[in-house]
Amino acid sequence: MMQVELTVNGVQRSDEVEPRLLLVHYLREVCGFRAANIGCDTTSCGACTVLLNGESVKSCTVLTAQAAGQQVITAEGLAENGDLHPVQQAFRSEHGLQCGFCTPGMVMAAVSLLQENPNPTEDEVREGLEGNLCRCTGYHNIIRAVLAAASAAAEPATAQAEVTA
Amino acid sequence: MSILGTRVLRTEDPRFLTTGGVYTEDVTDEQLAGACHVFFVRSPVAHARISGIDKTAALAAPGVLAVYTADDVIELPLIDPLAPGLMNAKMTRTMLASDKVRFVGEPVAVVVTEDPYQGEDAIELVDVDYEILPAIVDLDDALADSVLLFEDAGTNVVANFGDTASLKQDLFDGCEAVVTHTFMNQRVAPAPMESRAAAAAWGEDDRLTCWIPNQGAQGTRDDMVKYLKLDEGQVRVITPDVGGAFGAKFGADPEHVLVAWVAKKLRRPARWTETRFENLVAMTHGRAQRHTITIGGSKDGDVHAYRLEVIQDSGAYARIGAILPTLTILMASGPYDIPKAEAIATAVATSTTPIGAYRGAGRPEATAALERAFDLFAAEIGMDPAEVRRRNLLKKFTEPHQTSFGALYDSGDYAAALDKALEAAGYADVRAEQARRRASGDVTQVGVGVACYVEITGGGDESGPPSENATVEVHPDGSATILTGTSPHGQGHSTAWAMIASEELGIPIENFTVRWGDTDLIPVGGGTGGSRSLQQGGAAVQQASRELIDVARERAAAALEASAGDLRFDQGRSAFAVAGDPEASVALADLARDERLFVHSIFAAPGATFPFGTHVAVAEVDTETGKATLQRVITVDDAGIVLNPLLAEGQRHGGIAQGAAQALLEEVVYDSEGNPLTASFADYPIVSATELPSFELASMETPTTYNPLGVKGIGEAGTIGATPAVQSAIVDAVAHLGVRHVEMPATAMRIWRAVQAAKSAGSEAQPTATESA
Repeated sequence: MMQVELTVNGVQRSDEVEPRLLLVHYLREVCGFRAANIGCDTTSCGACTVLLNGESVKSCTVLTAQAAGQQVITAEGLAENGDLHPVQQAFRSEHGLQCGFCTPGMVMAAVSLLQENPNPTEDEVREGLEGNLCRCTGYHNIIRAVLAAASAAAEPATAQAEVTA
Repeated sequence: MSILGTRVLRTEDPRFLTTGGVYTEDVTDEQLAGACHVFFVRSPVAHARISGIDKTAALAAPGVLAVYTADDVIELPLIDPLAPGLMNAKMTRTMLASDKVRFVGEPVAVVVTEDPYQGEDAIELVDVDYEILPAIVDLDDALADSVLLFEDAGTNVVANFGDTASLKQDLFDGCEAVVTHTFMNQRVAPAPMESRAAAAAWGEDDRLTCWIPNQGAQGTRDDMVKYLKLDEGQVRVITPDVGGAFGAKFGADPEHVLVAWVAKKLRRPARWTETRFENLVAMTHGRAQRHTITIGGSKDGDVHAYRLEVIQDSGAYARIGAILPTLTILMASGPYDIPKAEAIATAVATSTTPIGAYRGAGRPEATAALERAFDLFAAEIGMDPAEVRRRNLLKKFTEPHQTSFGALYDSGDYAAALDKALEAAGYADVRAEQARRRASGDVTQVGVGVACYVEITGGGDESGPPSENATVEVHPDGSATILTGTSPHGQGHSTAWAMIASEELGIPIENFTVRWGDTDLIPVGGGTGGSRSLQQGGAAVQQASRELIDVARERAAAALEASAGDLRFDQGRSAFAVAGDPEASVALADLARDERLFVHSIFAAPGATFPFGTHVAVAEVDTETGKATLQRVITVDDAGIVLNPLLAEGQRHGGIAQGAAQALLEEVVYDSEGNPLTASFADYPIVSATELPSFELASMETPTTYNPLGVKGIGEAGTIGATPAVQSAIVDAVAHLGVRHVEMPATAMRIWRAVQAAKSAGSEAQPTATESA
């Protein structure tokens, strides 16, 4: 067993864990954050995607020990003051989820994608989410949701630009 | 304004988006405190005799509580094939393999541990001796009966649906053109993102509570009762959130039964979640039919006769997949008016994963065979495939139409759907673009595929006409509860059922709680599958709501000292008012104060409904590499009146993606020894966002009279229409090179080979012809 210290959804934690404990199991079983799901054994599906220091990672392929000293954000930590994060809101508005199993991971991947590329094309969104599988939506509305979140984020900036112009 | 028909956002979503759903693995019920963990030792070989099992090392491993084999579970009954009388009764299964294993993935032993990581380690330590027997993978090998999967059965044939002797010798007499072809509707994996799971706990009252992801708690309970030899009252099945099912989560599998059995044996709650590897080898697969089609007609495009011969690979043990050819036969002639049509099928056992239902379940296969036949016929006579279809579609009908296979189509306007889809696709423009590329000899060619379909949804069974129950209750605080016998796993019933009741009761949808999947609360229900939920479960909610208003009206009359006939229900205020005296009113919620206000109602439909439509696909093919790229999918899916376009479109999108995936990518592959080569998501090419375009949906609503909502099922339209449309588009892209057919999935290798074969055939036939001729 070993001691790890890390921050999960803004809360500093210190836990004794098995060296082989996967981050996704740590988040689910030790921290009780069960939004991230396990959908495969091969890092293929992305249902377990979380943010590690702001970047999306598949938490089934990260050892808890590797996350020591870092910041982890799961879907539970995305909404602020009870308000859905704009990406979460867009997923709802565009019906970008059905059974919900891939959703927490998909949302985290989308958040990360938009941080890296705030104004993506449809093809860029599709490529950016290639590592996150969804069996229900056919991806159609997921893509729309990410594009909608991108334009919603761009709108205030556009309005600002018009005012200052 | 009516809420029905509007794009209401799902009430389910905030929870899924923030805390995530509570799937079976997430359930933290106190009854499950201290649960042990169940793991399965699965056969690594396709067909073998078990000559010995040594548990010693596993039992000595850290955390191992028990190891069980077939001898330990001998008290559990045999699993008989479905449909007694129809299927070979000797093809029974034991919960754990006893004398033989018959597919890679079949459970051989159970290992129970304190902690899941220990279980992963310990299953490696169970030493099973296998005497390898020849695998049966190829369908002809299976039919030859030279190796038998079940020696006592004397054959590998599970069931025959009609026989070759019944086929008419003269069926194609008089036809100017006849084409015959054999092709596979390949085996695919349902692959819901949530794999199978179970949690089980026994109470001090000897009652079993189990949490299982399923498509109908009641049917799952019935299986648990049967296989654990319990009384119905002893089992409670709870359905947590379900992460997709697609037909593969109906009822209880041996693993579910064994988890409950372990919990009883060890007097301790038990849980199990399968890995994706297990899911891809041990959850039922879908499709797996070989089709031989023969189609004949006149050279000006009238189809006179059609024959479909099906070989269904049922996998090692006959489950629902073995009986699905009956649905394929029922829908064999599709939306066409074919004067002479016949279809037969044989289901045969192979040493592979059992075949079950997968989105469409028997109907996509019928449509794929028929649409391929129409394309081959069109190519044979040199006519546009869309035109051949138009000539042969059944004319619009509003009274039920009986087909020669016994299907009773409720309403349809197939030509309108075809025309609408072609218009939405800009069919003439795509053909013009195709002509340009063909003329210029472009490396990247474009093809267009058209598929017309009609399907059956919400069918009943031998027990009677299709029906479903609902309970609607209004509470004094103005909220309301709906209990439904359907079982959503992504479809959005919480939103849809609330919309229907809201329309009747005037209660905002946010104030509804919709509950399902608890057999103590809802003992009867048909679950969700076969695209039945809205047309029966939704109709039951509407009926119960209307009956609740009738009950409330009597109470309101007493409260207002008025005649019930003088009362008007004002949905806007959710209150009864006396006609001509709006001041004299009573709120619906107030009528629930002194006595509970609820109605339980059963809606029975006169029969199944038959949604229909046309899918058009446009694909590009790189003629040098064979790589196909799906460019567009345009669909018209007429499932009657649309309750919530957002939800209906979501169902269409998902189905289109799975249908296109079958045509393009997905296939469960075995080697000749029965080893699965696609047992992970690294190997099984489950479709991702990069392989699909956005979809173009056109709407069309032809109501049915079979329920007051006017609705038919929409859940499976996508897989039914999209698969043949996409396959056809790929073939069409290289048709000018002489290609008539490409097997599914149309991989780059297959397309490239088809192009090469057509080129060499063309050069042999016309040695002087140039490449571009």
